[in-house]
Amino acid sequence: MKWIINALKGFWGILRRPSKAAVGVVLFMGFAGGLMFWGAFNTGMEATNTEEFCSGCHAPIVAEIQETIHYANRSGVRAICSDCHVPHAWTDKIVRKVQASKELFAYFVTQTINTPEKFKERRAHLAEREWARMKSNDSLECRNCHNFEFMDFSEQSPRSVRQHSTALASGEKTCVDCHKGIAHRLPDMHKVEGWN
Amino acid sequence: MKKSILLTLSITLTLISGFAVSEEQRGIGGVESLRGSAELEATRAADPMKKVPRDQVDIESSYVFQPPLIPHHIRNYEISLNANKCLSCHGWKNAKEMGATKISVTHFTNRNDEVLADVSPRRYFCLQCHVTQADAKPLVGNSFERVQSLQK
Repeated sequence: MKWIINALKGFWGILRRPSKAAVGVVLFMGFAGGLMFWGAFNTGMEATNTEEFCSGCHAPIVAEIQETIHYANRSGVRAICSDCHVPHAWTDKIVRKVQASKELFAYFVTQTINTPEKFKERRAHLAEREWARMKSNDSLECRNCHNFEFMDFSEQSPRSVRQHSTALASGEKTCVDCHKGIAHRLPDMHKVEGWN
Repeated sequence: MKKSILLTLSITLTLISGFAVSEEQRGIGGVESLRGSAELEATRAADPMKKVPRDQVDIESSYVFQPPLIPHHIRNYEISLNANKCLSCHGWKNAKEMGATKISVTHFTNRNDEVLADVSPRRYFCLQCHVTQADAKPLVGNSFERVQSLQK
């Protein structure tokens, strides 16, 4: 017990006493340490944005996207999980990542989706959360690639123009109001607006 | 006895040798196909996949009671126990707002001709009758003509 207190006292002493090293060296060490920490932090965060990482727990969902247009298409652009489910702006991303730690708890401790059956059971709840999130941020993750200002209605089909030039243009509706289940199978939709 | 054995043996040998020859000359087996005359033992390169156009003008019916054809693409439109993407536009509730054709009233009757409050389960799976049309030319010609009432 005593040695712990002594060690803490010693550490406090290091923090308080002026360094014997030159200020330049201390500054350099600070910068280098900061760079390394920042690099490692961002690399770690990027690692949690990869398809492999997501499929660690959400394997059935990751399989579903493979037949949709966001996975394979004529021009070879692909949107992976994090492109739609994690905000791109740094601060929003951190907020989402912290929220996700609760989801880790649900997966590993309360084990709510660790079997396909449990996942199926909970799918509607998970989907509703995601729809609510995207509705509240005006489908920001869609708009990261699909900018309304850049849409050419003359290139769209009449069906699309009809919806985009009215409800979407006026801001009355947002992308996810109509485009649900574009990358996944849908949960039970019988109580969802526009589907019943 | 000896003669008959010899005869059987010679016939068998002839048959086997004949079989061997035909195996060498399999070719196309004498069958010309509209899909091209590929040799039986070779796998022909697949034709390019046919495309369903994004949108086409409404396709006229060819006979009375024909389920109308789908004049647009339906890639990844889910029809399952959970969701029916077709009905989210063509169902009576949403058709007007979406500018879509309403499903026919016949879809509300069950097999005893009783009218139900919603789409009859036997009519739920749209693609059983309604299909998209790919941009494909017919392989063979035919002289089919529409009935008088559907002709223009």
